[in-house]
Amino acid sequence: MPVDINFMIGGEAGQGVQSVGSILAKALAKGGYHIFADQDYESRVRGGHNFFRVRASDTEINALSESVDILIVLNKESIDLHHKELNGNGAIIYDGDKIKDVGKNESLFAVPLERLAQESAKNKLMSNTVALGAALGLLGYDKNIITSVIEQHFGTGEAGKANIAAANTGYEYARVNFKRNFTHNIIPLGDGKRMLLSGNEAIALGALAAGCKFMAAYPMTPTTTIMEYIASKAKDLDVVVVQPEDEIAAINMIIGAAYAGVRSMTATSGGGFCLMVEGLGLAGMTETPIVVVLGQRAGPAIGLPTRTEQGELEFAIHAAHGEFPRAVLAPATVEDAFWLTVKAFNLADKYQTPVILITDQHLASSYATVEKFDLSKVTIDKGLLLSKEELAKLGEYKRHQITESGISPRAIPLEGGALVVTDSDEHNEEGHLIEDAETRTAMMLKRFRKAEGLRREIAPPRVYGVTNAEVTLIGWGSTYGAIKEAVDLATADGLKINLVHFNEVWPFRAEAVSNALQGAKKIIAVENNATAQLAHLLRAETGYQATGKILKFDGRPISASYILSQLKQEVR
Amino acid sequence: MVKLADYAGGQTAWCPGCGNFGILVALKRALVELDIEPQKVLMVSGIGQAGKLPHYTRGNVLNVLHGRTLPAATAAKIVNPELVVLAIGGDGDGYGEGGNHFLHSLRRNHDITYLVHNNQVYGLTKGQASPTSDSGFVTKTTPQGAYNPINPLTIAIAAEASFIARGFAGDTEHLANLIKLGIQHKGFALIDILQPCVTFNHKNTYAWYRERVYKLEESNYDSTNKTVAFEKAQEWGDRIPIGVIYRKERAAFEEQLPALTKGPLVRQNIDPTKVERLLEEFV
Repeated sequence: MPVDINFMIGGEAGQGVQSVGSILAKALAKGGYHIFADQDYESRVRGGHNFFRVRASDTEINALSESVDILIVLNKESIDLHHKELNGNGAIIYDGDKIKDVGKNESLFAVPLERLAQESAKNKLMSNTVALGAALGLLGYDKNIITSVIEQHFGTGEAGKANIAAANTGYEYARVNFKRNFTHNIIPLGDGKRMLLSGNEAIALGALAAGCKFMAAYPMTPTTTIMEYIASKAKDLDVVVVQPEDEIAAINMIIGAAYAGVRSMTATSGGGFCLMVEGLGLAGMTETPIVVVLGQRAGPAIGLPTRTEQGELEFAIHAAHGEFPRAVLAPATVEDAFWLTVKAFNLADKYQTPVILITDQHLASSYATVEKFDLSKVTIDKGLLLSKEELAKLGEYKRHQITESGISPRAIPLEGGALVVTDSDEHNEEGHLIEDAETRTAMMLKRFRKAEGLRREIAPPRVYGVTNAEVTLIGWGSTYGAIKEAVDLATADGLKINLVHFNEVWPFRAEAVSNALQGAKKIIAVENNATAQLAHLLRAETGYQATGKILKFDGRPISASYILSQLKQEVR
Repeated sequence: MVKLADYAGGQTAWCPGCGNFGILVALKRALVELDIEPQKVLMVSGIGQAGKLPHYTRGNVLNVLHGRTLPAATAAKIVNPELVVLAIGGDGDGYGEGGNHFLHSLRRNHDITYLVHNNQVYGLTKGQASPTSDSGFVTKTTPQGAYNPINPLTIAIAAEASFIARGFAGDTEHLANLIKLGIQHKGFALIDILQPCVTFNHKNTYAWYRERVYKLEESNYDSTNKTVAFEKAQEWGDRIPIGVIYRKERAAFEEQLPALTKGPLVRQNIDPTKVERLLEEFV
């Protein structure tokens, strides 16, 4: 029987929801399961309501599931809020000593979490670990794996030992006291060798693999952990991370750093990106390669600071005054996040222009299992970068030399002896400011010839499902897993349906997209926003029109079941 | 030996008699006297008449946006500390649009030299008030007169800047010497330069300044005493001090970056085996 089991841990901020969730995810990943885990949290440090979902399957998954099999609650509110999401045969693990008046519900399984934590670990605070043990006890999961993951998390010292004791107590309590027949018996599928990481961690690793030596960023949910991760490894990898006064400084710093010769990036969310917009134009004008990670959250203004949205696709494509080439890449999965970060650095260097990596809170803070990234497949292409010898042969160096490809050979100050001159004003080939119409036109044309090369580097959309579909869903970025799963479920239900999904959006591959959509009967845009921005883009670039829309803009991610429920209204 | 001819640049587009000429002369002189080759110099300039200066000499040039010289300049210095990095801009650029960067760059003490062409008026946009315009200074945008200028020197002292000087564009020899001291200083060197604007500022003219400026080094002024410096920085009116106002030795930002102990960042790559080890931590 195929395994697809979903856990939810609910509680207040500060109760250890995230810690239980990540240990659970890791334990199941170690047992060889595919994991997709997502977090829902409020913009506060203590209190409120948070939850962490961990979905485990024996086949690859890239999306959350909304129906819960095991609900671990650390407070009563979590029962009230989530009991309706429980499957018929599911179980709710809660502290029966502390949470009373829960009514009659077959799925309730009372475990004296706090008492067992005190008895086993001499620490009431470890009741979350007792609950974790109880959940794994229901499954009869391998105890050695649980022990090793706890050690990995808490170390082998006192904290590790106490947590192992707490988990064991919970485990045994569940084995003895749970009387119902729980159908999910989960045995390890083998030695799990996959990585378990978040979208942000994948981006950080991608940047390091690509040789990013300088990062400047201002903390902003949901991308802060990219900066934190790189900063935590900066000493070992000889990277410089600067947290300046604001996002304006951040983008201008990476422009200065990239001009001086190293791969540089920043990461922010929509609000910070707004402040960076003039800098984006500076990079375009001075032809400086930079990578900007834009992790979207629900806007406008401060919006829902800890929640997800896809409201900035058109903004990313058009941000800044004036016109210049750029690339916009939108990772669909955690794996994509790594590889597209590497690609972003290569495109930026090769075309000497800004590249925006657009993600969202959902992808940024969701965890997934992926095969370990094969670093031998990482190529570092710095494009037309002149060596000392080449510069010496050249004689006179012109930073903005007009060429057929539009790409001017790059030199780095001091490293080759050439003077590198560039200007935010329109400039001549030497980089000095000009005002004449002829040079201006020649420079605009030169820069836009780069856009043509860039366009050829952009992958066409992924097409999934049958070829002669009655319904074609289109989407971009982090919704990939959910839409793909919806296509599978609808197909199983007899609908002829497919998916055309974009993870590299700009420059738009109009011809390839038109080919992918040729013969499409009904196009439905599935987006985590209110205005169907991809559908706009599609119509502007190809003339194809999405006649249906499945949208969600409540700050919560899209799931397969949501898509299916909406699809029923669109397709009658 | 570096010669003045090595710094010969293009045709200028400044008004005849502009204070910028004096600053350009002083800068070239300082670089020649310090025997610094143009290849080693990076000028990061802002927007305004001052921002055009790098085009009228030779060196590496990154002309950026209005107010954004310091972030770009400080990052370039981090990437390659062997570059002599000069940030160049006006009072509107640095003290208005770039005010936040000014405060924090002072605080972090990056090892760059910042030349502020302070003419107390907006030149490029044709004569509006600036953050340093004297109180009562009438312009088209301040018909009732500008009010309460900011004092960049007291702000810099409060922000723990490690080298603060004021020069006068009408005394190029003195100014060249200040620029030399600024470049030699390990840390952030602010050089605020009194710059007459012959077209839009008919108050703070060459003659007005010549009557008032005096050189601190000609008295036994102690530029390491913060309290005295704070007082001196507020002197404005009948007498205006020029010279080094305040200096304090403290570690430069770049000296605190572990990565730079292995040489300039620009000459380093990331070791893939170290990245491989990071991947293992996620398994």
